[in-house]
Amino acid sequence: MECKNYTAADYKNGQSVRWCPGCGDHAILNVLHKAMAELGVPPHKTAVISGIGCSSRLPYYMNTYGFHTIHGRAAAVATGFKIANPEMTVWQISGDGDGLAIGGNHFIHAVRRNIDLNILLFNNKIYGLTKGQYSPTSDRGFVSKSSPYGTVEDPFIPAELVFGARGNFFARAIDVDLTVGQEVMAAAARHKGASVVEMLQNCVIFNNGIHNHITDREFRADRTIHLRHGEKMLFGKNMDKGLVQDGFLLKAVEIGKDGYTIDDVLVHDAHTPSNFLHQQLAMMDGYSLPLAVGIIRDVESPVYNEELDKQIAEVRAKKGFSTLRDMILAGEHWEAK
Amino acid sequence: MLEKADVKCLDKVVIRFSGDSGDGMQLAGNIFTNVSAGVGNQVSTFPDYPAEIRAPQGSLSGVSGFQVSVGVGVHTPGDKADVLVAMNPAALKQNVQHLKAGGVAIVDIDSFKEADLKKALFETMEPFKELNINAQVVEVPITSMTKAALADSGLDNKAVMKCRNIFALGLVCWLFDRPVEAVLHHLKNKFAKKPAVYEANSKVLLAGYNYGENIHASVSTYRIESESIRPGYYTDINGNTATAWGLIMASEKSGRPLFLGSYPITPATDILHELAKRKDLGVKAVQMEDEIAGVCSAIGASFAGNLAVTSTSGPGLALKSEAIGLAVMAELPLVVIDVQRGGPSTGLPTKTEQTDLMQALYGRNGECPVAVVAPASPTDCFTMAFEACRIAIEHMTPVILLSDAFIGNGSSAWRIPDDNEYPEIKPHFVPDSLKEGWRAYERDPETMVRYWAIPGTEGLTHRIGGLEKDFNTSVISNDPQNHEHMVNVRREKIARIADSIPELEVMCDKDADTLLIGWGGTYGHLYTAAEELCAKGKKVAFAHFRYINPLPANTAEVLSKYKRVICAELNCGQFADYLQSKFGGMQIERINKIQGQPFLVSEVVDAVINLMDKK
Repeated sequence: MECKNYTAADYKNGQSVRWCPGCGDHAILNVLHKAMAELGVPPHKTAVISGIGCSSRLPYYMNTYGFHTIHGRAAAVATGFKIANPEMTVWQISGDGDGLAIGGNHFIHAVRRNIDLNILLFNNKIYGLTKGQYSPTSDRGFVSKSSPYGTVEDPFIPAELVFGARGNFFARAIDVDLTVGQEVMAAAARHKGASVVEMLQNCVIFNNGIHNHITDREFRADRTIHLRHGEKMLFGKNMDKGLVQDGFLLKAVEIGKDGYTIDDVLVHDAHTPSNFLHQQLAMMDGYSLPLAVGIIRDVESPVYNEELDKQIAEVRAKKGFSTLRDMILAGEHWEAK
Repeated sequence: MLEKADVKCLDKVVIRFSGDSGDGMQLAGNIFTNVSAGVGNQVSTFPDYPAEIRAPQGSLSGVSGFQVSVGVGVHTPGDKADVLVAMNPAALKQNVQHLKAGGVAIVDIDSFKEADLKKALFETMEPFKELNINAQVVEVPITSMTKAALADSGLDNKAVMKCRNIFALGLVCWLFDRPVEAVLHHLKNKFAKKPAVYEANSKVLLAGYNYGENIHASVSTYRIESESIRPGYYTDINGNTATAWGLIMASEKSGRPLFLGSYPITPATDILHELAKRKDLGVKAVQMEDEIAGVCSAIGASFAGNLAVTSTSGPGLALKSEAIGLAVMAELPLVVIDVQRGGPSTGLPTKTEQTDLMQALYGRNGECPVAVVAPASPTDCFTMAFEACRIAIEHMTPVILLSDAFIGNGSSAWRIPDDNEYPEIKPHFVPDSLKEGWRAYERDPETMVRYWAIPGTEGLTHRIGGLEKDFNTSVISNDPQNHEHMVNVRREKIARIADSIPELEVMCDKDADTLLIGWGGTYGHLYTAAEELCAKGKKVAFAHFRYINPLPANTAEVLSKYKRVICAELNCGQFADYLQSKFGGMQIERINKIQGQPFLVSEVVDAVINLMDKK
């Protein structure tokens, strides 16, 4: 990485931002500019690739290389881009419809392949750009224009999909929480391999308040837990609540109540290869257990684009040819005089 | 002594090997081809695969064939075989239609027992009579001779049976005077890592070869002409490999690294196989999760600055169409290879057709022109893959290469090009003079081509996408007039490619009143048919299209010279319709075949004569 100090402004371009006033995307965009400045990767070494949807407009507001592609395919385009030009830091922007419905296949395979992408998944549980249909993350029974009597299907939990695809980095943040947002985005970029960041985002027009039960200031501290590697899993306004092991499951307790002490509270290990506990932490939904934000899983694993380059170098060292003609002439051929 | 009676001296002969799909007919055919090419014959092959990977042994659906024509003036694998090798009754039954009247059928008589005949649905115990074969049948105990030759080899029965094809190959090589040493050389390469298998096969080969000299029989034999060919190094190459190598050549000549994003599909998968091997040349070939990901990863790689390619067949092209539209809109170089097969839907996956032409030209939403080119033969796949890349890179556009199963799998001898035989490809990079204030959709006014800025370059960060852009500012725009202008600009950009492609050439009798035309992989059959027509005194000119969109600049001029234009193609008339839509008022007569099989020269000759005899 080049050593020059960048500011958030270096990653912004002059275009006027067209999202609705009050949309959660504004905050996420600002956080992304800040995270990029923190990382210090020059704008011309950064690419932002998106699909289709409100969030996918984001590349137009960047002063980096950017590609606004087609619905659902951002992960596939970004995969080819990263393989072809591995020097670039690549961000993929998708919404819940783009990334998990039409693009679900590319999403799980990008994660499985462990290609070095920073995938920002904007989850507002609704299709905004098509004006309000239920999405694959909408809760069962959700009423929308395309489900006037409520949906009769269960949603994806993005984290569960990531772990099902054997993902090695998963983090989560809420659009209004700029500090955690910047922390997880920067960590996602530093992680080598596919990093998925779920951004809980509010659609002010079609699904206003969908995350309120956890994001509202009044009870956010009690209904979310900010996980930090190596630290106790504590939460609550006074940090007097904690997560403890209860058989194979997790349980939220108050320190000093029912015989629980601080020693019973689990310490978060984001780097442990087993995803068993990570999955349980990521599945907490803010009701009986607090919703987890921060870096839930961050494990080193072989990276597709690096392994590919390594394999090419190995093959070439063993029997590399400098030209096509050399390669052909090393095989079966005859001479006509 | 197998007596070489009735020696026919011919310019070219056609041999067809047939057997169960596990009998190794493709290998026997390939070796025969290579050996023939090595002695100076022209060669052209046609592997005829069954759709099933391993149908029940001895069944009609499991028959695999390999036809090869060798000699001089060889442009096709031949209509019908002079010699047919049939390893079992099913193979004979399926292939007797491909045998010339008065030809020779060599059968493994050990495989013509009652049970074998039943598997092939014969109704009597007299298969040759039942098939009413008008050919000389040579009954050879191939299985028992193979077993006898390997009696002391220590190989198990299964391994022994796998050598039967080489016995047949040995016999055919004797029949056509092919040098045994050359065959042994090929076997040695093939089984380099299995010396025991090589030993067994070489024994069986000699057994087959010597069989002819030791047994008393009489058979027609052939002397094949050879001719002096252009000096140089040659190799036998099939169309799919030639395509892959053409891409690599284009990568070398453009200085852009080669990226392939693909997904397995018959009959295009061999392109992925070959490029996956070419890590030794630095090629990045990625097997993606589906067809759409294949093309999308290529589009990403193209944006990133690579020579980006995706390979597929008709069903895959359908899946890729939205993404190709993105590449049209983003104006990125992209090569899409469609090795056409029988359709619609899953259709005839292993068989050939030219039915994707309209899909390639028009199968996308919006006004969405792309360049389309079509190779004429297996070896021309190299040239046209190179051309597809040249057009894509120099004109910043997707190019669809319409190959087909026939030329993709078929092979010919190919002269390995010298270092400087192919021109440099010049990527349309942003010139230094324009770097200040450069906009992503700024164009060269001559060619209408936008410039390519490679991500990672300082000062050229830019955003592109599928939304319409303003012609002047490159910023997204919904302006009605601007949209119409941009549609015309993108169309004009493709039309101007015509300035950089060769003119249409007229062959055979240029002064005739009748012009036979075709496009893509039917070249060999149509050219041969036109020559035969001229030899019969029927005056016919012939022109073949390899550039489909845009058409060569002189197309209208050429077509208008002839009173009668006949278009022969393996579909219901898509190219003829296309030409008529381009050149209003032009009447084009048609010869169409949609059977999953290439033309026969004879049927084209007959069809042209029929049309010419009509008033």
